[in-house]
Amino acid sequence: MPLLRIEGVAKSFGNFRAVDKLSLDIRAGEFFALLGPSGCGKTTLLRMLAGFETPDEGRILLGGSDIAQVLPHERPVNMMFQNYALFPHLSVRDNIAFGLKRAGMARKDIATRVAEMVALVKLEGLEKRKPDQLSGGQRQRVALARSLARRPQVLLLDEPLAALDKKLRESTQGELMELQRRLGMTFIIVTHDQEEAMTMAGRIGVMDAGRLVQVATPRNLYEAPASRWIAEFVGDINLFNGQVTARDRGRLTVSTTEAGTLAVSELWPPVTKEAVSVAIRPEKVKLSRRAPASDAGASQPINRLEGVVIDVNYLGGITSYRVKLETGAVVRSSMANTARLDVDAYLAGQRVVAWFTADDCLVLEQ
Amino acid sequence: MSARRIFARPARFAAIAPYLWMVLFFLVPFGFVLKISLSQTAIAQPPYTPVFDFSEGRAALAAAFAQLSFDNFGLLVQDNLYILSYLRSLVVAVTSTLILLLIGYPIAYGMARLPQRWQAVAMMLVIVPFWTSFLIRIYAWINILQHDGLLNQVLLTLHIVSAPVVWLSTDSAMYLGIVYSYLPFMILPLYATLSKMDASLLEAAGDLGASPRQAFWLVTFPLSLPGVGAGALLCFIPIVGEFVIPDLLAGSNSLMIGQTLWLEFFTNKDWPVASAAAVALLLLLVPPLVLYDRLQRRQLEANR
Repeated sequence: MPLLRIEGVAKSFGNFRAVDKLSLDIRAGEFFALLGPSGCGKTTLLRMLAGFETPDEGRILLGGSDIAQVLPHERPVNMMFQNYALFPHLSVRDNIAFGLKRAGMARKDIATRVAEMVALVKLEGLEKRKPDQLSGGQRQRVALARSLARRPQVLLLDEPLAALDKKLRESTQGELMELQRRLGMTFIIVTHDQEEAMTMAGRIGVMDAGRLVQVATPRNLYEAPASRWIAEFVGDINLFNGQVTARDRGRLTVSTTEAGTLAVSELWPPVTKEAVSVAIRPEKVKLSRRAPASDAGASQPINRLEGVVIDVNYLGGITSYRVKLETGAVVRSSMANTARLDVDAYLAGQRVVAWFTADDCLVLEQ
Repeated sequence: MSARRIFARPARFAAIAPYLWMVLFFLVPFGFVLKISLSQTAIAQPPYTPVFDFSEGRAALAAAFAQLSFDNFGLLVQDNLYILSYLRSLVVAVTSTLILLLIGYPIAYGMARLPQRWQAVAMMLVIVPFWTSFLIRIYAWINILQHDGLLNQVLLTLHIVSAPVVWLSTDSAMYLGIVYSYLPFMILPLYATLSKMDASLLEAAGDLGASPRQAFWLVTFPLSLPGVGAGALLCFIPIVGEFVIPDLLAGSNSLMIGQTLWLEFFTNKDWPVASAAAVALLLLLVPPLVLYDRLQRRQLEANR
């Protein structure tokens, strides 16, 4: 039995179906991310878990009992709000102690727990400050400490890092993961930032139009997206539409208008339709001046596309190229800058061969 | 030439204008009243001495100046008529403000929780009475409250009372009039703070285990205190000096300071004592005014 089981939950606002018969299991101690574009229903789902919205249908089982109709203040879950929602009239200490007082904890225990939380989020010395006397990063820590103080069975985090700048966000991501591991608590985070979801979560649920379209580990989500939409939503990808013309022991031959005939490995489950898209991530597309040697020695077929470099973007760690094929289609390729002095960098206008193996391709139904 | 230079002059004028207004329409008249309060009554035109006559030279002015005294202020303390009037004004103002808070807070709270579109309508309803003259509205209350007025007729028809009740010329009628007239001044600042309140704060309180009632007392109410203070002072200060409502609706056995002032001025023709009473009233109202100003400033800072 999972810690949290969401069963056929639906929620509409007027005619808008925000969450559409969604089911999901979350295990105890898991760091789970709900990822999706804005308006996909991820926040509504989180708010139903917190109790701020009541599902129209379905059940939310926490430790086996249905909490769908339980009021927020009677649920053993806590939420960290996107805008932090710190009480402006209360000090850091009183903000953190708020939930403990409501739980009827003894004074002495409250003081101990608050001190513990303050130490946990490294806010020592700021206990007496009011929220408006804190920096954004400090406020975020107070919000975290406040939501953790009651030791909830599940901690819900609504875009917890959205208000922080990039550097702070990255270091906080690490701290959140460390904290979650140390406390062994179940975290459910809502985010629209796929990098954030991939960095922190053990599993990611991708939502679109009120439905879960895929639940997978970050690696599987990226390397084996369940649909074209997910492939495009998560990371960058090259897509070529075409028809399956031959099937041979897990190898497909796809004839595309933009990139000619491509050899691709089939995923499980196999595609059933003939009209497919061949997808290839830019970092799996290599560039070279001449086509690599024939497939003879290779264990799998190699696809080669000839074209001209039209765009070079140096991004520090990687350089991304856009290569225009003779058909007019553009292939994106990104390569790691593994050497400081790269004599092998390509320039715009240069003729190159973009190549990739059959195993690096994905075949997705259109 | 920078743009700064071009805007400097009108900007400076705009900064001075309010002060100019204060000097012309507050400080100068207050100077007159202060001077009269230090003078003595006289059967003359104007009814006090000394009169400063700038055409008679410096010596005469100095002599006139020497005649000024604080005797009238002494009288204010000796004659308990004034002290009683002040006290009654304070009691009436405090009581009315409390009633206004008790009625105004729930209304403002309800307004702030209405859907956006209805908030505008509710706001309109609060302001609509201002479209009719204040005096006419008080006279309308006289009509309703009098012996054969609407209220008694309704009560008699419904057999709630068997004989007409005396409403007019009672403290109840006065409180009714004051609360009715000042309610918008209480509701509007309260509504302003309550409608700005971040809804996620209440959700956070609920999330942390506070029942809706606890959330109200622990979050909403403390955060609305600046509005409570603003509304209370906005009502309290003018109610202390209120004249028309007690004069028209209350009985005549005990007077508010505004009524005493009026009597001194127009019936007794004792301008100096009346002026002294007015100056004393003003001084009494300085502390709450300062408090109000500080509250406003704190709220401005909090909103930044």
